[in-house]
Amino acid sequence: MREIHVDQIIDAVAEMVQEANYDLGQDVENAIKNALNTEESQTGKDVLNQLLQNYEIARTERVPICQDTGFAVFIVELGQDVHVVGGNLNDAINEGVRRGYRDGYLRKSIVGHPLERKNTGDNTPAVIHVEIVDGDQMKIHMAAKGGGSENMSFVKMMKPSDGVEGVKEFIIDCVRQAGPNPCPPIVVGVGIGGTFEKAAYLAKKSLFREVGKRSHLEDIAQLEEELLEKINKLGIGPQGLGGRTTALDLHIEIYPAHIASLPVAVNINCHASRHKEVVL
Amino acid sequence: MATVHITTPVSAEEVSKLNAGDQVLISGVIYTARDAAHKRLVELVEQGKELPFDVKDQFIYFVGPTPAKPGQVIGSAGPTTSYRMDKYSPTLLDLGLRGMIGKGSRSQEVKDSMVKNKAVYLAAVGGAAALIAKTIKSAEVIAYEDLGTEAIRKLVVENFPAIVVNDVHGNDLYIQGAAKYRID
Repeated sequence: MREIHVDQIIDAVAEMVQEANYDLGQDVENAIKNALNTEESQTGKDVLNQLLQNYEIARTERVPICQDTGFAVFIVELGQDVHVVGGNLNDAINEGVRRGYRDGYLRKSIVGHPLERKNTGDNTPAVIHVEIVDGDQMKIHMAAKGGGSENMSFVKMMKPSDGVEGVKEFIIDCVRQAGPNPCPPIVVGVGIGGTFEKAAYLAKKSLFREVGKRSHLEDIAQLEEELLEKINKLGIGPQGLGGRTTALDLHIEIYPAHIASLPVAVNINCHASRHKEVVL
Repeated sequence: MATVHITTPVSAEEVSKLNAGDQVLISGVIYTARDAAHKRLVELVEQGKELPFDVKDQFIYFVGPTPAKPGQVIGSAGPTTSYRMDKYSPTLLDLGLRGMIGKGSRSQEVKDSMVKNKAVYLAAVGGAAALIAKTIKSAEVIAYEDLGTEAIRKLVVENFPAIVVNDVHGNDLYIQGAAKYRID
């Protein structure tokens, strides 16, 4: 057993939530730069250039890329030979979020009760998923997930007879319906299979994958390419003002399904797809 | 498609010259309000009480900024998604609100109200929050301080960039722009 003290986790989380919000990954930036070469709309180009300028300001001045600094969502890959000492893993992550959002002047966007809607004041609790893996390392993935794009997400329990054509139609329809609302150019996360909640989790998990990276499954990689091309023919464009660049990428994760089921989840991310990872 | 400079307050006549697709640079005072503040404003109207500021000929910006760092006027301040305000906007438009700044589509009811009341809806670039903050020269909480980021702030802006989405003629850039670039 390898021991990891909660203080290490707290420090790592406090730092990564700030970095995620100030310093957008090169994956997104490269995708936007590539899109500038294919974007036909002048307004669309202006928007993409504004986004690039904004990323630069955020990075150099260490201010948030977007005022919606998000729900802090974590996927922790926890090696089964790790022993967390000094406290509880969830508490440590929440303490890291609390400190990071306070010290980094990030917006506190969480209400403690979904119906009473009083702000918790420190952006906790986080949403934490833990996957047990082999080994003695702990890999923490974090995404700052904005509300505008999250609100444009869907889960549908489709029929096996709907088949791949039905699935494609549903995914494209979700993006069409979302239109300008989720801050395009978007990243589309798709989960297919499993149960109701598994499909939604897979869609979210797929958003943690780098923009520009294809599925390791050949048929799924092809489906990703095809859907991305179709989505970019919708004409929605940067910020929904019309253009070629509606999505920067589309990721699909799959899981076995019940003989009666074909769950499909579509989780949309804005262009500011903010994710970081750290290995302890 | 033109670039137009406007200074608030803005008259109905002035706003009627704006067309969907125009790029606008706004200077002067604009007020911030989002979900919780809108709910309170409309409750006041329903009770026949006075609002914390006179909306006539003014612009409301749908935003909840990040906290200002020491030495900053305001934190990052990009637009939030506007459809959540659809329920409340017509009430304020009837009182003479001249413009709204946000991102994303508005309901038909809001669009009709804009035509009727001669008002416009502009989009700021979502997620360009650090860039937009640079155009904000001062910020002061004038109401609902308890709402934190959702409090109503009076901002003084210089050349705040936005694009006309809905004009007083009933045009909608989101519909027309997407149609122009759609490939069937």
